[in-house]
Amino acid sequence: MNAPLRRVGVVVMVLFGLLFANLNWIQAYKADEYRNSDYNGRVQVAEYERRRGNIEAGGTAVATSKETGGKLRFQRSYPAGTKYAHVLGYKPVNLADTGIERLENDFLAGTSDALLGNRIKDMFTGDESGGGNVLLSISKRAQDTAYEQLRNNRNGVKKGAAIAIDPRTGAVQALVSMPSFDPNPLVDHDTNVASAAYNKYEQDPDGPLKNRALSEVLPPGSTFKIVIAAAALENGVGKDTEIPAGASWTPPTSGTPIRNAAPSICPEAQVTLIDAVTESCNTGFAQLGVRLGADTVKEKARQFGFEQDDLFVGQLGEGGLPVAASRTGDMQNPDGGTDPAALAQSSIGQNNVRMTPLQGALIAGSVANKGRQMRPYLVKQLLGPDRTTSYYNAQPRELRQPVSGQVADDLRDMMVSVVKNGTGSSAAIDGYTVGGKTGTAQSAPDRPDHGWFIGFALDKNGNAVSAVCVELEQAGSGGSAEAARIGGKIMQAAIADAGGR
Amino acid sequence: MTAAAHPVVSPVTTGERPGVRLARSRRNAELSLLVLAMVLVAAYGAIVEANLLDTVTRDFWMPAAALGLVFLGMHLVIRWLAPFADPALLPAVALLNGIGVGFLRRLDLGKAAPADRETLAIFAGTGGRQLAWTLAAVVLAAGLLVLMRDHRAVSRYAYTLGLAGIVLVMIPAVLPGRFSEINGAKLWIRVGGFSIQPGEFAKLALLVFFAYYLVRKREVLSLASRRILGIDFPRGRDLGPVLGVWMISLLVLVFEKDLGTSLLYFGMFVVTLYIATERVSWLLIGLVLFFGGAYLAYVLGGTVGGPFANFYTRAEIWLDPFAEPYDRGYQLVQGLLGLGSGGLFGSGPGAGEPLEIPEVQNDFIFAGIGEEIGLFGLTALLVVYLLIVERGLRAGLAVRDSFGKLVAGGLAFTLGLQVFVIVGGISKLIPLTGQTTPFLSAGGSSLMANWLLIAVLLRISDAARRPVAQGGGPAGRPGGGPPEQLHGAPTEVIRP
Repeated sequence: MNAPLRRVGVVVMVLFGLLFANLNWIQAYKADEYRNSDYNGRVQVAEYERRRGNIEAGGTAVATSKETGGKLRFQRSYPAGTKYAHVLGYKPVNLADTGIERLENDFLAGTSDALLGNRIKDMFTGDESGGGNVLLSISKRAQDTAYEQLRNNRNGVKKGAAIAIDPRTGAVQALVSMPSFDPNPLVDHDTNVASAAYNKYEQDPDGPLKNRALSEVLPPGSTFKIVIAAAALENGVGKDTEIPAGASWTPPTSGTPIRNAAPSICPEAQVTLIDAVTESCNTGFAQLGVRLGADTVKEKARQFGFEQDDLFVGQLGEGGLPVAASRTGDMQNPDGGTDPAALAQSSIGQNNVRMTPLQGALIAGSVANKGRQMRPYLVKQLLGPDRTTSYYNAQPRELRQPVSGQVADDLRDMMVSVVKNGTGSSAAIDGYTVGGKTGTAQSAPDRPDHGWFIGFALDKNGNAVSAVCVELEQAGSGGSAEAARIGGKIMQAAIADAGGR
Repeated sequence: MTAAAHPVVSPVTTGERPGVRLARSRRNAELSLLVLAMVLVAAYGAIVEANLLDTVTRDFWMPAAALGLVFLGMHLVIRWLAPFADPALLPAVALLNGIGVGFLRRLDLGKAAPADRETLAIFAGTGGRQLAWTLAAVVLAAGLLVLMRDHRAVSRYAYTLGLAGIVLVMIPAVLPGRFSEINGAKLWIRVGGFSIQPGEFAKLALLVFFAYYLVRKREVLSLASRRILGIDFPRGRDLGPVLGVWMISLLVLVFEKDLGTSLLYFGMFVVTLYIATERVSWLLIGLVLFFGGAYLAYVLGGTVGGPFANFYTRAEIWLDPFAEPYDRGYQLVQGLLGLGSGGLFGSGPGAGEPLEIPEVQNDFIFAGIGEEIGLFGLTALLVVYLLIVERGLRAGLAVRDSFGKLVAGGLAFTLGLQVFVIVGGISKLIPLTGQTTPFLSAGGSSLMANWLLIAVLLRISDAARRPVAQGGGPAGRPGGGPPEQLHGAPTEVIRP
């Protein structure tokens, strides 16, 4: 019986050899992959050992960390709850992080290269200085106003967005998407609580997790007329030049006539360009667009920022929250030639034209800023853990120049006229010159229209101080006037807040 | 002071087996190795405290000393009752047991609030309970050495033990789930807050029965009827017993929902059958039956479900644990991540995060320890296990009677197979099954059963290495003479 016993000994050796080989595979070959796996809580334990820095808006911390005494030493918390959710994003234990929390993760966590010196200093002094702090360009007062006004809008609209920027720098002054979500349960250290909260938001048909200000594209309606007006001004039409209008106009190939929003709007055969903008004359702009041609319209829209699909709002030059591309869309017949009916509809911001609220604010901003469009950003400054060393200061950059200073001046006068004499009167602010353009866009035949407002405010010296875009989804009748009113309030708050740059 | 508890004898050279040196008791070597093992355990405890408390308390050596006293007692019992037993077995087991207690204490420290860590009593928590269980298990093992002066005497109770074994296996299967089911496997008897795993003891009882049965039937089972591809296959009518055990192990798989235990029983039986008959065909038949059965259970689990569903789930997790990393695959994924995080050298005892793995004190203790001692440490532990198994097989080689050979070979192999099944399970080599890691996992049943197993190996190795001429109980008989008859067994010839 000894021969089989010896063989059993060999079998055991082979079995243990397999174990040994397999342990080598796991602990040597796959070690790095497993060590850095997303599912590996040990990485988190290390990450939560250091106090994560604050994110601040106008001197107030809107994301901060508290010591817990638990295994994960620090708990992230968002004192403003739902108000800053779409800007900040969240830094959960197991889910993917988003927003500024994601963009500036290394700096906030204290692991970025910039903070290496700081970590070495800690090693020698034994201090625990934590991560760096991120200062946002957001104006606290403008953000509060935008959030409250949007939430309590008079039309009872559930979905919408508002964004305000400083036209001279590109600094985002307010960014609100409605409905919003509370990031606090998402960062709960109990991953079941976090997952449940995430699933609830994810399955909500209103899509609270979506950042509508940057990534929702909707037909812009009459706000798009500013683009057509710009193209017209560059093609021999002055602001006082008479253009064909009328109560109704039928494009050459289409049986459906284009009408104005009310019979009182531009029933005469000819109106000046400035009046067409002020009254928001559909028949005038439909004919103007068809006269300019699809290529000119598309090119002008592109120069304002349409079709750009690689824009990010965050730290200048370092990425940030992705912005969806605004599109002018298809205006052609199946044979490749321009479809005048589609072009006519596109010229009044219908058909396949789609725009983000940010794009609306950029258009208004570049008109106010003498034709120069500044690159939008959210991160104003990166401040070290000691709160004195600055690691980054935003240096405003020009994104593009869609129109010349002369054309911008004419557009500005026309938009000011809209607020003074036309459809955007509810946006007016005492002591400031406000310009704007409303828009009412058909969503679907059986659904209420979207209400839009894009606008800007100029101080006494003619300097642009704020540009805004408010969008109320399916707001119905009076939606654009309500959007104009909210836009005015937001700009007023941004102006009043000295720290709102 | 060699064999102080026993008259010194002069070496006798007749009748020894090739390569096996007889007559030196080597008890002092055992004692020194034991001291070394306890020093390692104390050092482990000190490093754990340094990492978890940032200081080493003045009492860090107490668990190691308590264990050391218990093992010293066992050493003295061996000196007295089994002076020629293999000197490597006790220190090797003591090291594993000590690391187990140390790691469980480390888990207790990790769970305790930082302020309470320094004052954690040595008998507190899982680690303290394991220490107490170790005391009980070693006393039980010493008791077995006292009662069983000759391993062959056990064969007298073979049928009783066989029946007891089957009853022990079946109890959890027939008990309602609330008395027997923990984490999906029905392997326990739970009364109040107390639970025992009868399967651990059944293993020993069944093996004694197998060995006895096979010693009696080996001639019949060795008869070949057909030769296919150079392998002798047994007669159809002799397949009865092996099919019977196969059925039992499949029933275990289905009703106790545990592949590991089923694999263990079946492997144990097939290997003892092979050792007894020297027919490779039995191994092949066994392997085909087992893998065929397991595959059938997998297919049935995927289609019919019912009692096979549990096994199907385990196989699915094994095939891709990362498919549901927070759900069904969570434990295995966390175990793998723990092992990977440890890497080659580990984070150091006390410096890892073994508590990330659910139930790390039971099935996954090897992964938890592995995160902290790394590949090098785990390899050392595997070598210690291998040492115990090979020493057990060596006792089987050297002992003179076939019953002893079968018991020693079977027990040693079973221990090795159990280590393979659980360590392979947590490292995704094979589907994970609920087995304890011998001497490491928390739990009294497993510890006691494995210490009894070691006591039997010690007893057989003592008989194997004892000088033949020495009149030490019933083991003494003239060298080269006919083997002593087992109770009721026919005279047999031992094949070298």
